[in-house]
Amino acid sequence: MYEFDWSSIPGALPFLWEGMVISLKITFAAVVVGIVWGTLLAMMRLSAIKPLSLFAAGYVNLFRAVPLVMVLLWFFLIVPRFIEELFNIPPGVDLRLSSAMIGFALFESAYYSEIIRAGIQSVPKGQMAACSALGMTYGQAMRLVVLPQAFRNMVPLLLTQAIILFQDTSLVYVSALADFFGAAYKVGDRDGRLVELLLFAGAVYFVICFAASSLVKRLQKKYQLA
Amino acid sequence: MIKIANVSKHYGDFKVLTDCTTEVSKGEVIVVCGPSGSGKSTLIKCVNGLEPFQSGEIIVNGISVGDPKTNLSKLRAHVGMVFQNFELFPHMSITENLSVAQIKVLKRGKDEAMEKGLALLDRVGLKEHAHKYPGQLSGGQQQRVAIARALAMDPICMLFDEPTSALDPEMVNEVLDVMTELAQEGMTMMCVTHEMGFARRVADRVIFMDRGQIVEDDDKEAFFQNPRSERAQQFLAKILQH
Repeated sequence: MYEFDWSSIPGALPFLWEGMVISLKITFAAVVVGIVWGTLLAMMRLSAIKPLSLFAAGYVNLFRAVPLVMVLLWFFLIVPRFIEELFNIPPGVDLRLSSAMIGFALFESAYYSEIIRAGIQSVPKGQMAACSALGMTYGQAMRLVVLPQAFRNMVPLLLTQAIILFQDTSLVYVSALADFFGAAYKVGDRDGRLVELLLFAGAVYFVICFAASSLVKRLQKKYQLA
Repeated sequence: MIKIANVSKHYGDFKVLTDCTTEVSKGEVIVVCGPSGSGKSTLIKCVNGLEPFQSGEIIVNGISVGDPKTNLSKLRAHVGMVFQNFELFPHMSITENLSVAQIKVLKRGKDEAMEKGLALLDRVGLKEHAHKYPGQLSGGQQQRVAIARALAMDPICMLFDEPTSALDPEMVNEVLDVMTELAQEGMTMMCVTHEMGFARRVADRVIFMDRGQIVEDDDKEAFFQNPRSERAQQFLAKILQH
């Protein structure tokens, strides 16, 4: 029978924590950029200006039709070269974290823009008409009336997407970047205790995501009551 | 003040408005009625450009609504509109609802906008509800706030799009009372409504529409006492039986 030996975990905690920080950094960057860029994409997609809506539709469909791992690999293999040349960074500087952040942010924007588009469409059309009738411009109506209501309806979905995104950050292992999952893998590999480390990492992901989901559910209930 | 000349509108082959022509002078109160689907709401929404139309011309206060060069936002800021479903902004308090467009569109100061909003709120009898949110008010109260919100922009005329159709019967009168008062003060009004009692009391002229056409455009007395078209006779017979 396999005998579990958890002894390599306590000593590895600082290293694992560093990994967690990387995971959280990527998640944070992707959520913030995803929501901002996703909002712009959603507005372009809904706009009456054909080139804008075509561009947004193309962007969203492209990213949603390609596996995330593939996008990440593009960003590890191609984009760093490009950035090095563009900003004159000497080769050898580690751009893996920045590429991961950019890759995730651009990928997640596509998903966020769909959530936000649905959110905007969930606001009754009459609200926009009322804004127009009061003399507001399209931009004012969006900013003051439509988007605030759309976001209020969307908060649970946006948070749920952030939780999924946090789990997906483990995919950066393809670049050997030591995020939480990567760090756990490295420690397990080094000490010959892969099973323990992966079980431990899984438990940590589970606890964080489960706690976050429960929080979202409670928030959702509160919003529905209000 | 409002001149509608030969306005037609269609979605594909379906004609919503056919060759509509009428005029509203300053201080006049016009009631637009007709069976549902007759195009009356569409016509009134063409007046402030919320609905585009393909041919004809609408002139409001000397400005052509259909002209692509017209700054529609600027025009609409001074044409008040009240909607069937109130369309107050649910995420803003009543005072914010009343002041937001004054501040952002008319560039009034916050205090001035607030004061104006509160004065109008008082006028529609809802002063004590200033700090509530639309969801906390009844339909009739929300519609009165919506009227106050439109009045806060100092409109040159007011458009009403079935303002009482979404209300419970016992709330209809409180809204009609506010509208009646407005009419008596000389506001130019164009009202799409089925409230024939209101039309009798307040209107100067009645426009009857059917299938996208203006079938009758008459003085109130003439319309109610002997409508010329068969369609209007049938409509009145149905609606006045109750």
